[in-house]
Amino acid sequence: MTTTPEKVETVTVTIDGIQVEVAKDTLVIRAAEQVGVQIPRFCDHPLLAPVGACRQCLVDVPDAGNGRGFPKPQASCTLPVADGMVVSTQLTSEVADKAQQGVMEFLLINHPLDCPVCDKGGECPLQNQAMSNGQGESRFASSGTGGVKRTFPKPINLSPQVLLDRERCIVCQRCTRFAEEIPGDPFIALIERGAQQQIGIAENAPFLSYFSGNVIQICPVGALTSESYRFRSRPFDLVSSPAVAEHDACGAAIRVDHRRGKVMRRLAGDDPDVNEEWITDKDRFAFAYATEADRIGYPMVREDGELRPASWTEAFAVAARGLATARAAGGVGVLTGGRLTGEDAYAYSKFARVALDTNDIDFRARPHSAEEADFLAAHVVATGPGGGGVTYRDLETATGVVLVGLEPEDEAGTIFLRLRKAVLHAGLPVRSVAPFTTRGLRKLDGTLIATAPGAETAAIAALDVDAGTIVLLGERLATVPGALTAAADLAARTGARLAWVPRRAGDRGAVETGCLPNLLPGGRPVVDAAARVDVATAWGLDRLPETPGRDADAIVAALTAGDLGGVVVAGVDPADTADPAATRAALEAATFVVALDLRASDVTRLADVVFPVAPITDRAGSFVNWEGRVRPFDQIFANPASLPELRILAGIAEELDAPLGFRTVDQVWSEMEQLGAWDGARATAASAAPAEPATAAVQAGDSLALASWKQLVDNGVMQAGDKHYLATARPAVAKVAPALAAALGDTATVTGDRGSVTVPVEAVDDMVEGVVWLPANSTGLGLLTDLASPGSRVTITGGAV
Amino acid sequence: MTDTLTPVLTDDWDAERSWTLATYESRGGYGALKKALTMPQDDIITAVKDSGLRGRGGAGFPTGMKWSFIPQDNPKPKYLVVNADESEPGTCKDIPLMMATPHTLVEGVIISSFAIRANHAFIYIRGEVLHVIRRVQAAVAEAYAAGHLGKNIHGSGYDLDVVVHAGAGAYICGEETALLEGLEGRRGQPRLRPPFPAVAGLYASPTVINNVESIASVPSIIANGADWFASMGTEKSKGYGIFSLSGHVERPGQYEAPLGITLRELIDLAGGMRHGHRLKFWTPGGSSTPLLTDEHLDVPLDFEAMAGVGTMLGTRAIQLFDETTCVVRAVLRWTEFYKHESCGKCTPCREGTWWLVQTLAALEQGQGSEGDLDLLLDQCENILGRSFCALGDGATSPISSSIQFFRDEYLAHLTGGGCPFDPAASTVWAPSLTKAGA
Repeated sequence: MTTTPEKVETVTVTIDGIQVEVAKDTLVIRAAEQVGVQIPRFCDHPLLAPVGACRQCLVDVPDAGNGRGFPKPQASCTLPVADGMVVSTQLTSEVADKAQQGVMEFLLINHPLDCPVCDKGGECPLQNQAMSNGQGESRFASSGTGGVKRTFPKPINLSPQVLLDRERCIVCQRCTRFAEEIPGDPFIALIERGAQQQIGIAENAPFLSYFSGNVIQICPVGALTSESYRFRSRPFDLVSSPAVAEHDACGAAIRVDHRRGKVMRRLAGDDPDVNEEWITDKDRFAFAYATEADRIGYPMVREDGELRPASWTEAFAVAARGLATARAAGGVGVLTGGRLTGEDAYAYSKFARVALDTNDIDFRARPHSAEEADFLAAHVVATGPGGGGVTYRDLETATGVVLVGLEPEDEAGTIFLRLRKAVLHAGLPVRSVAPFTTRGLRKLDGTLIATAPGAETAAIAALDVDAGTIVLLGERLATVPGALTAAADLAARTGARLAWVPRRAGDRGAVETGCLPNLLPGGRPVVDAAARVDVATAWGLDRLPETPGRDADAIVAALTAGDLGGVVVAGVDPADTADPAATRAALEAATFVVALDLRASDVTRLADVVFPVAPITDRAGSFVNWEGRVRPFDQIFANPASLPELRILAGIAEELDAPLGFRTVDQVWSEMEQLGAWDGARATAASAAPAEPATAAVQAGDSLALASWKQLVDNGVMQAGDKHYLATARPAVAKVAPALAAALGDTATVTGDRGSVTVPVEAVDDMVEGVVWLPANSTGLGLLTDLASPGSRVTITGGAV
Repeated sequence: MTDTLTPVLTDDWDAERSWTLATYESRGGYGALKKALTMPQDDIITAVKDSGLRGRGGAGFPTGMKWSFIPQDNPKPKYLVVNADESEPGTCKDIPLMMATPHTLVEGVIISSFAIRANHAFIYIRGEVLHVIRRVQAAVAEAYAAGHLGKNIHGSGYDLDVVVHAGAGAYICGEETALLEGLEGRRGQPRLRPPFPAVAGLYASPTVINNVESIASVPSIIANGADWFASMGTEKSKGYGIFSLSGHVERPGQYEAPLGITLRELIDLAGGMRHGHRLKFWTPGGSSTPLLTDEHLDVPLDFEAMAGVGTMLGTRAIQLFDETTCVVRAVLRWTEFYKHESCGKCTPCREGTWWLVQTLAALEQGQGSEGDLDLLLDQCENILGRSFCALGDGATSPISSSIQFFRDEYLAHLTGGGCPFDPAASTVWAPSLTKAGA
């Protein structure tokens, strides 16, 4: 936390006879919390604007601070404190207590009281507060001729995932206020009135929210449930473990609720520095991938062309033997993907250098460049909160934020929500260097700096920023020559701060631990002899490989060419790489492939030895988020069928007579702590030659530049297993300028150097001419396999082929 | 008797084609506007303040003071909004006024907007009264054509546009902040205050919201002076007002008289109670004001005296009921209205009205127990002052006041196994009426 101690103006209030000093404008309900008094509430939520709808939090205010009291009880969730105010809550005021009991009684008359079959029963604010602040008996049933409840057919689908039971709803409006205020997706709205008032599907607002699951969590009754969890378990049967979301580089805190070794649901954790109390639907619902049928349950080795089960020790030995041979026959490359914990990434980094004697290691299972590796070494590694790194909180106080090559709503949902908060509460101006105004940018009230793909470098160079501006750089910029260099120049020139926002949870940790051909752990440059000595000494070695290694593309090329003998692959999907066909070919060409993965994949099918790795629930570890903040988490399940990768690598290394010196997560952690970050000179990025001028992007002819990124909900392998969640994905469409859309008709076929994709056409008003946008992984095997190589141009024709 | 009446707003109602600009102008209409445009704007506000005019929509807040709350240093536009969403059961003064002499309102809107420096005014009319909406629209169009509205009104350099907005059929939109929500195109539910509309009202800009009758009274104050206005009425409730008499009187209708007149005088003006019957209970200002009985015939009808007997002057919608009327039945009807019109935002009003109707309906049919009377009172206590806006409070008024005055009648329903009254006896086709040969 960047705490610049601010002078906070305070006032003194007396609550139930206890004097307390609180910040000016604090709401009475929260001031009461500070003296340990909990006033019951439903509509109140600290992160939503006060509304005062449910009236459950009424208190008596005998003195408003001006010597006069309020004649009627006041809603403490809307009343700001005033100096000298005297408040009597239900604990000391009969008026307040009766008012609260009265409201509770009203709330319950139309509530079905079906707690025994309700998902919320056991963790329900209505149930709990009816116990603490309600009466034991209902007068409704015995009044008149016996009270008649209002009923509704139930439930109704608000989305494929979120269901609404209107009878249970107490219309506190938390969900509608969340939808409008937090993500800006008002897909639900109040309809009808009086006791018939209900939550309904908003008119003209198609369900497009990536954050809808939060409404289930903040619902104070069981009115909102998810298809995935509904009727699956009772809260009191669940064990809750804090964890960290593994789907993106945001590091959102989550809570995993599990029962008898099975994850039942995931909820948002509460971390004011990171995700506050919100998470994306991906973080919430995409966890079934770890229990899919193709999960690998035991080590396998290839014998007579077929993979067969093997013991761990046999697999260690076979892997070590094969790697030793390959090491001798040219060497072994290491592809680690972007999903590893920091500890595992460190293990791979050390394994490559110690056991394989190589710097041929790269975590980037996606299009990348040498310029990017240099940029990461020079400007990203070993920065973080407290060390001048950009943080979530910094986004709220920035004078402006510029997004380049980053669509936060799709690629970093937690950043999107924080930006929107800053836009709404602090008037943060957001600009985006992109080919069109996305839905996300519109919700950020942002300004488009219309830029065709490939022209980002010039756009960055032309940015008008001040020292208070934060520039968020997406990993996609790796494919734009000169862009990252231009960003670094911009920062040096103007004092604007940069932050690199990758897509995957393990990306930043891989940078920090040296899963790059030019970096050793802690940001130590490979080319720096002192840095090498530093690491070698810590690892008890005489020397480390001296020259920067091959990056992922070069490893693939070298495998195909026979220059490298083998490869160790951790959770890399060939479809994500710059050339999926080449990657597959390289894996086939490699003489020896060791695959470490959770589920069967194209890599494990080609591998000589396959190790099952522990899913995120079965091991401790930590991620490093885009801020550079370490996000540790504990092991939830003890499952002997899989091991953390660091343990597997340790086993292979021991067979190779090159022990890594650790076998557990704790040991790796203490080794990393001992090694620490590099205190020598940072790597300096070679000043990359300015890109080919942007003319490439505006070439004449009927070809189009292809813009693309992955949508939040798509065909990613870690999103498999929950059909309700997957049904909330935005449909794949080709977005083009209106004139082109009109010429194309409803459907178009986009053709590139690798194939064709046929999707519906959507006109986008401000789409840069000559650009087509397609979602990267929402069709077939993804665009890199099905359509075009990175940076290449495509053609488009109306209709299907 | 005629000297007790003070026809000002209603003076032109019997004129030939009273709603036309020609008629209105022939009787001195828009004279006050021309005078106002020559006055410093603050003097207009002062005149309205000095006149003692209090809001005619029910709450009785001093109109001039409301205008002076508009922060003139706020760079945002200022708005005048006229609340013409007249929906309170029994209240029927604004709609006839707009029907008979819409230009009185339009002139008041122009003068008031000029005073508060608003260049945009809205008249929010209850959506159900389409004929009235058309009439006000026509009057506004006439005023534009005559140069009373638009750019540079009568060469004063002052611009004003008036929008006539039709509501969509919700009682709650008579609540001023819910009205603003509706005007902005949102769901009609009351807003959290503060900020008050004077600071952040329509489109988050400083806004004055006044009742039709309040605004229509402004031209007469400008034309005749604050002292003239203040010479009528009582010490703290000055001026004249329209009293809407309905129910069991011989001549129901609008009676414009100084505040402080008594019901006895008004009934006399209306030709007495229905022949052969006597007053049983009445509402002083619509169904949301606690009802009174024949004990209160001589209480002055002004804000203070009504508060003194535990009720409110409200909108001076006097509904009179004679002894043929079952008070339980009348209260049930009103309560059904509140249940139907509750917007649903807050719990006490939404759920409370749902429950009150059930309990009352049972009592009316002679079912339930005496304990249900205390339950009703307790429910009312849990709604009154606990709901978000005054709709909930209003819903409790008829119930608690009727139990206060007519507890025995409620009990008679229980002991007699049903309603002791003949519902037909209270109707216009009641046998007693036809027998009397009326």
